[in-house]
Formats: sequence, C-alpha cells, structure tokens
Amino acid sequence: MRAASRSVDLNLQGIRSGDRRALSRFLTLVENNRDAVADQLAELPPPFDDNQIIGVTGPPGSGKSTLIAALTKLYRERGRSVAIVAVDPSSPFTGGALLGDRIRLKALAGDKGVFIRSMASRGSLGGLAWRTQDVVRVMVSAGFDYVIVETVGAGQTEVDIARLSPTTIVVQAPGAGDDVQANKAGLLEIADILVVNKSDLPGAERAKNALQAMLDLGRPTKTQAQDNPIWVPPIVLTSAIEERGINDLAERIASQFRYLQKHGLLVEFQERQLRAEFMHRLRETLQGRLFDTFTAEEFAGIIRRMVQERIDPQRAVDQLLQNLEFRRRK
Amino acid sequence: MRQFPIRILIAKPGLDGHDRGAKVIARGLRDAGMEVIYTGLRQSPQMIAEAALQEDVDIVGLSILSGSHMTLVPAIRAEMDAMDLASVPLVLGGILPDEDQRALLEGGVNAIFGPGASLGAIVSAIERLCARPADQST
Repeated sequence: MRAASRSVDLNLQGIRSGDRRALSRFLTLVENNRDAVADQLAELPPPFDDNQIIGVTGPPGSGKSTLIAALTKLYRERGRSVAIVAVDPSSPFTGGALLGDRIRLKALAGDKGVFIRSMASRGSLGGLAWRTQDVVRVMVSAGFDYVIVETVGAGQTEVDIARLSPTTIVVQAPGAGDDVQANKAGLLEIADILVVNKSDLPGAERAKNALQAMLDLGRPTKTQAQDNPIWVPPIVLTSAIEERGINDLAERIASQFRYLQKHGLLVEFQERQLRAEFMHRLRETLQGRLFDTFTAEEFAGIIRRMVQERIDPQRAVDQLLQNLEFRRRK
Repeated sequence: MRQFPIRILIAKPGLDGHDRGAKVIARGLRDAGMEVIYTGLRQSPQMIAEAALQEDVDIVGLSILSGSHMTLVPAIRAEMDAMDLASVPLVLGGILPDEDQRALLEGGVNAIFGPGASLGAIVSAIERLCARPADQST
C-alpha cells in the first residue's frame, strides 16, 4: 500500500484528466528530480496560447497574497479554474523555508477549482524558484484557465517573473517612497499593470500620483507610438482586504492580454522568453557539469590555498579552469 | 540520505486561536532546514487534508490546544486516508491526557509531543518518520 501510493504516474494522462494527487506528486518530481521527468516536460508545449499566466510581484507585505485571493475569488465566481504558484524564500544558511502564503489564501481552501502550490526559492535569487517555470507549464497542461504566480517579496532587482508571465502585476503599498524611488530601474519597469494596494490606508492617492509621474516621464511621443505599439501600464487602486478595485483589476488584466494578442506581441514575448530561458538553463547546466568534474577534496584544496597562499579568487578560478578545454572564439 | 528538504504542513485545526506554539515549531523546523507550509488558524479536517495533498508534503503536524483532539484528529486522519494520503505520517503537539494519547497513537497518529518536548527531539522524530526507503525516493 505504501509503495503503491508513493509511485508516480509518469505519463501525463492522469494530470490532464484532473487527478490532483497525480499532479501534486508530479510537481514534487519536477522540483526535486527534474531528470526523472525530463521527457514528459519536453512534451509540453510552451504555455502562452490561450491560458493566461499572471505574475504578481511587489515588496514583502504589500498584499500580494491577499490580492491574489480576491482576484481568484472573482475568477471562481465567473466559473474559471485557477492554479496558484506561491514562492517564498529559502534560508541561505539552513536551506529551510517558512511558506506562509496559504494563510492569506485560506478562503480558497477546499474549492476543487483552485490548486495552490507553495515553492521555496532554494537559492534562486531572481524572485522565483529554479523550477517555477516548469511547474507553471505543468499547471497549464493540467487545464487551469489561469495560472497565477506569486514571487517572493521583491525589492528592486528580482525581475525573473517578467520572463515568465506575459502579464506582470507589480503591487505597491502606500508610503513606498518618493517619485525618485519610482523612477529607479528594475521592479517598476517590468510592470504591465501597477497596483496600489491597501488603498484604504492614507497616502494611496499620493503613491498613485508618484507612479503616474514616473510613467509620464517615460511615455513615448505620439510619433514613436505610431510606429511601435507601446502598452502604457494602467495604475489600479485596490484594497484587497475589503475586496475593492478587484473588478477593475480583472478588467485591466483582460484588456492587457487582448492588447498583446491584437498586436502580435505574444509571439514576441514567447521568443524573448525562450531566449532568456535557454540562457538560464545553459548557465545552470554548464555549472552543474563543471561542478561534477571536480571532487569535493579538490575544491577544499583550492580554498585552502587561497587562504594560506593568499591567492586572488579570480586567479584561483583561472588556475582551476586552465586544464579544461574550451572552444574560444578568438 | 535525502537530498532535498523535508516538506511539512503545520496546521491549526478547529476553533483554537492559540497559535504561538505552532509558530514556534514552524520557525524551529525552518531553522532545522525543513520547508514548512503553515496553514494559519481555524482549518477544517477537509481543508488540512486538501492542503497536504496539493503541497505533497512528507508529513503533517497538528497543533491543538482546544481539547477537541478526539474529534478532530481522527477526522483529519480519515480525510487524508480517503485522499490516498494514508502513507503520510501525522504528528501532534498540544496538551493531551495520557489515555487520549494512547487512543490516538493506536488510531493512526505517529507521534505526540507535549509541553516540554525539546525541539531537537521533535526534529529527529520527524526526520525518522520521513526517511523513505531508497527505492522510493525518486
């Protein structure tokens, strides 16, 4: 009984036919032992055609989970199914993680049209986990109408979500800083939709104005816009906890998606996404293979020499690699 | 030897609002290198089993201080078994009379930790319960 229930259905039939246990077990393999399911994942199509992938990012405590709960409730009222992938950080010291997004998503528990999966970032620094992209592809093939991805609480540079979701929502809370903060590069740049959440608190209008000023400075001239369609992110005021502004947000999400379809931008996004994903995996695979070439003793020896003989880290790397053959362009 | 962190669901069943203990345990298990999914307060047996299924956890930990453990715990075990989660161990923390502990341990609960249980003992009990035979680890 124990052995039988632990075995995993490796063909995707069960997942496609809505077997939640099969889906859940498969996701664990994707996370822990991707090689075991590499063939099945290779079968999956890139997930951009009909299903909508929505990324939600923003600083810790800005209300991402609560906003996702409110949005999901609205989609459920419209009869659509929703998968939520919620990423929280792993400890850089112990590898442990406290995954607490389900607390805010409590009202959705027990609804068979919703599937929530928590992921620990496991050392990835871009706001997602290494395997989030694969998990999203599996969720799409399981037939969910919407897949919503919640990043770790993001500061200014955790922007991996932008290469995963054609629709990226950046959530801010009132009091997040002045208009110069709003013009800094990074997180705000990747927004397709800007949300000022917690609009029941004072300062919401001011936050909206700072974001509006940021957008105005970067807004293209009319002639530029004619040559090249440019989506200007709308700013939506919400109070997720009071479920206000959620209809408006859903409407903006839908119109942004229609815009992408109308101007052929999904194809462009897909190309960009595949290029970024290829580079990401190339780096990861090369790093893995390289590390497999050396033993733990060799690494320990290098560290020891760096400390005792005061070898510069870059010099140590060069020395280590000089015996490996690389095909050089020059 | 496991290569990946243990995934554990920490849940507060029923109408018990005292979650200090659950939070201390969640934090302690995090610091012991586990991935801890915390459900928050006031979970029904069905919600807990469903969360365990979606998260594919290795083990479920319940924190109960309400005194209603003899009703809630067997209901949670039954819900989990019905969802093909019979092989997922269930552990309890809280204040439970000895005779109740005996009955629960006979009825599908794998371990019970009362007041004064050390974090080290809890961690090693969980690690022991989650150790899987090598041929089932992939």
